[in-house]
Amino acid sequence: MELTEEKLDERHLDAREVVDVVVRFAGDSGDGMQLTGASFTLATALYGNDLSTFPDFPAEIRAPVGATFGVSAFQIYFGSEDVTTAGDALDVLVAMNPAALATNLANVVDGGLVIADRGAFTAKNLAKAGYAANPLDDGSLAGYRLLDIDISAQVLAAIESFGLGHKASLRCKNMWTLGLVMWLFDRDRGATVNNLKAKFAKRPEIAEANIAALNAGHAFGETAELPSGIHVYSVPRARSAPGLYRNVTGTQALAWGLLAGAELSGIDLLFASYPITPASNLLHEFSNRGDFRVGTFQAEDEIAAVCTAIGASFAGSLGVTSSAGPGVALKSEGMSLAISTELPLVVIDTQRGGPSTGLPTKTEQSDLDMALFGRHGDTPLPVIAPATPPECFDMAREAVRLATKYMTPVMLLSDGYLANAAERWRIPRVEDFERTPVEFAEDAGEFRPSRRDPQSLARNWARPGTPGLEHRIGGIESDHDSGNISYEPANHQRMTDLRQAKIAGIAHDIPLQQVDQGAASGKLAVVGWGSTYGAIHQGVKRARGEGYDVSHIHVRHLCPLPRNLGELLAGFDAVLVPEMNTGQFARLLRAEYLLDVESLGKVSGQPFKIGEILAAIHAKCREAEPAQ
Amino acid sequence: MNQANLTLKDFASDQEVRWCPGCGDYAILKTVQKLLPTLGRPRENQVFVSGIGCSSRFPYYMNTYGFHTIHGRAPAIATGVKLANPELDVWVITGDGDGLSIGGNHMMHTLRRNLDLQILLFNNEIYGLTKGQYSPTSRLGTRSPSSPAGSIDPPLSPCAVALGAGGTFIARSIDTHAKHLSAVIGAGHAHKGTAFIEILQNCPIYNDGIFEPVKDRATAPDFRVEVEHGKPIVFGGEREKAIRLDRERLRLEVTGADAGDVLIHDETNPVLAQLLAAMGGPGFPIAVGVLYRRRQPSFDEAFSRRKGKSKEGNLAALLQSGNTWVVD
Repeated sequence: MELTEEKLDERHLDAREVVDVVVRFAGDSGDGMQLTGASFTLATALYGNDLSTFPDFPAEIRAPVGATFGVSAFQIYFGSEDVTTAGDALDVLVAMNPAALATNLANVVDGGLVIADRGAFTAKNLAKAGYAANPLDDGSLAGYRLLDIDISAQVLAAIESFGLGHKASLRCKNMWTLGLVMWLFDRDRGATVNNLKAKFAKRPEIAEANIAALNAGHAFGETAELPSGIHVYSVPRARSAPGLYRNVTGTQALAWGLLAGAELSGIDLLFASYPITPASNLLHEFSNRGDFRVGTFQAEDEIAAVCTAIGASFAGSLGVTSSAGPGVALKSEGMSLAISTELPLVVIDTQRGGPSTGLPTKTEQSDLDMALFGRHGDTPLPVIAPATPPECFDMAREAVRLATKYMTPVMLLSDGYLANAAERWRIPRVEDFERTPVEFAEDAGEFRPSRRDPQSLARNWARPGTPGLEHRIGGIESDHDSGNISYEPANHQRMTDLRQAKIAGIAHDIPLQQVDQGAASGKLAVVGWGSTYGAIHQGVKRARGEGYDVSHIHVRHLCPLPRNLGELLAGFDAVLVPEMNTGQFARLLRAEYLLDVESLGKVSGQPFKIGEILAAIHAKCREAEPAQ
Repeated sequence: MNQANLTLKDFASDQEVRWCPGCGDYAILKTVQKLLPTLGRPRENQVFVSGIGCSSRFPYYMNTYGFHTIHGRAPAIATGVKLANPELDVWVITGDGDGLSIGGNHMMHTLRRNLDLQILLFNNEIYGLTKGQYSPTSRLGTRSPSSPAGSIDPPLSPCAVALGAGGTFIARSIDTHAKHLSAVIGAGHAHKGTAFIEILQNCPIYNDGIFEPVKDRATAPDFRVEVEHGKPIVFGGEREKAIRLDRERLRLEVTGADAGDVLIHDETNPVLAQLLAAMGGPGFPIAVGVLYRRRQPSFDEAFSRRKGKSKEGNLAALLQSGNTWVVD
């Protein structure tokens, strides 16, 4: 199905009290937009709004100043109802230079607010952004609320007394701007102040200058004569279940879920990885976890990373490795070894735009086929995919459970959006989790490396260092009974069948597929997996509000699939699968269930918009009931 | 199991050995099986990890823990084993193709890190299991199925590469020279760090006799010199020849054993080790023995210090770290 978009008819800023707002901070890659966005996000969470964020940054670390390809942005959608995407269109755009304005203006709603740093709209920067005339002066922004301030001059004046010098002083521009936006939405600056003090603990003068800039921006909002229609907006708090909350990114939740899984299983974890965008943050997160039973190893390459993890699993730890698509491709031979030798292993793929180097910092879901089928030989393994940042915690624990219970590699599919996006998370109580300690083989009497649990079909796990259990494993086919090398034709058939049956059997050990929204049968099912959850959720919610018979089904276990999924989907007249690839999951469903599943693909490096899902639902429903 | 009573038989698995008749691997296997009971370490703590190739079948024949992995990756898998449990004695069994061609990167970085394990590299200067193609240690002009007119890429010297990668224990020995091989492997095991041991190994099928001059009783005295720390480097049937250093040109020369400036082997000198590793060719013997040894903290020691110990309850603290808020 062709991707189209319906503009959501929303002019939030026309009222003083608004249900939800989308704000995007955009500037040069060195302007500190990510820190600004993260600070605003924290203040918004502490205020009590629901929220979802989308850091959107270029592959270049410090692109040339003023270049359009160097624009780094941070988008946040917050409000008083459930917020599950970073928003379709912008209510507020903060443009720290002409390039930021040029690349983002098309996404601002009519009547939206543009805050621009006039000081950065120099002839040189305007030319770099492709402007013949200054858009702040030529009337081209007449359809928007415009707040153009010489932020550079304001900052220099505000923190002159700190004596930081011109260049260092201008670095505080982002905090001044943050202060202004915090005034606009009545956010508390306390947490940002504390974080600045902690961040610059060794250079208190820098912390104080940033705090002064933050306060000056806030004071500017309070005292300056602003154009009409620009004032403090009130966004009521969201209703939430009682509990202790925090913000969490997909990366944090993944790392903590793996730690939790290992702790609940009573085993050590060895995380071996090689740096690659956008997966490196997971390596960094583990590198800071020296206080846990986790070893973190930066390997010489992707192959060494997966092999080191496999070696650790052979020795009785749980090996975990992580990468993005190009790196996971390199790990595939190692994964086949772990399947052949039946060792637990967790492989995390933070998917990015492909093929090859593709779009390293942008999101995509195009590694699904590789996860399911991209290895030599018949090599089934479980594939799972969290839908939201908080859910990364639960699915990481699930990966540990499946890997250790079934003695198999497990692939967990994240993506660039899920890894970096933050959402509110009601922190679970660790004591509520069930402990399922791994049982290692200890008894030499009946031991063979090939002994299996009749239920799970998993072989037993004997750690080197255990007396009397000395044994050999390897990538050559092994005898089903003795575990020794076997080239027997019948044995290879039997072992191939057994590997398939072991993974297929997991279908009985995972939850039945639930319907996220709507009825369990009907006209249209929108089926998603992974990070498309938020957009599909909102699209289906709006369509249902308009009276359409549409349901949302979101699949977390992609291999094996939940055993009721085929029957469930057969209960709908039509099935639509939005995914950030050219239809990989749609093809899987067609192949598995012989259903006429339709694909809605998007591979622009950007997540789906709500309006795109909504447009597809409308089109699909119109198709079913032709206009009279 | 009482370690004191173990013998060679306790280290031999029940699997039928399937190397070609006359393969040098048999001799190496026997030497290792004989050596292990004398090391005073529990059998269950011995782990043999191999890649792919003839030599990599080795773990199947050892009654210890063993892992026959994939081509070139044994050092990486051994790294995981050692990091997960530093109490284990980890042995990497590899060959010239497995360890220096497809797995060259892992070899280099394992040596650089100085992980505490033993790498036994069986060098037969040929690919055996794939039926005789030339390898990265094959001499220039080697005729093989993939180089019928003779190979045109010059070989590398395993010990020189290992030194260049920052190895802290570099040694060379010979498959059938049991006493020497056993002593060198024993010294490698005692070394806290990566012990790299190149074993010159005869492939009777595809490269037969390539090391004959250094192995044959009649010719070996002229083609082989056994170096020992603190001792003069002398060789020859009558021990009449010696090695001296031409200090002007920084190269080794053959001289008479009675010359005044015979080189004394200093295994702590990396420059000398480079010269000895590369030594060979017309008129020169090949050096065997411990070429280089240096004490340096091993990677696994530092890694274990970094890796924390479990503290009950800190998971809850981690989840609640940073900014949190309560909704009533």
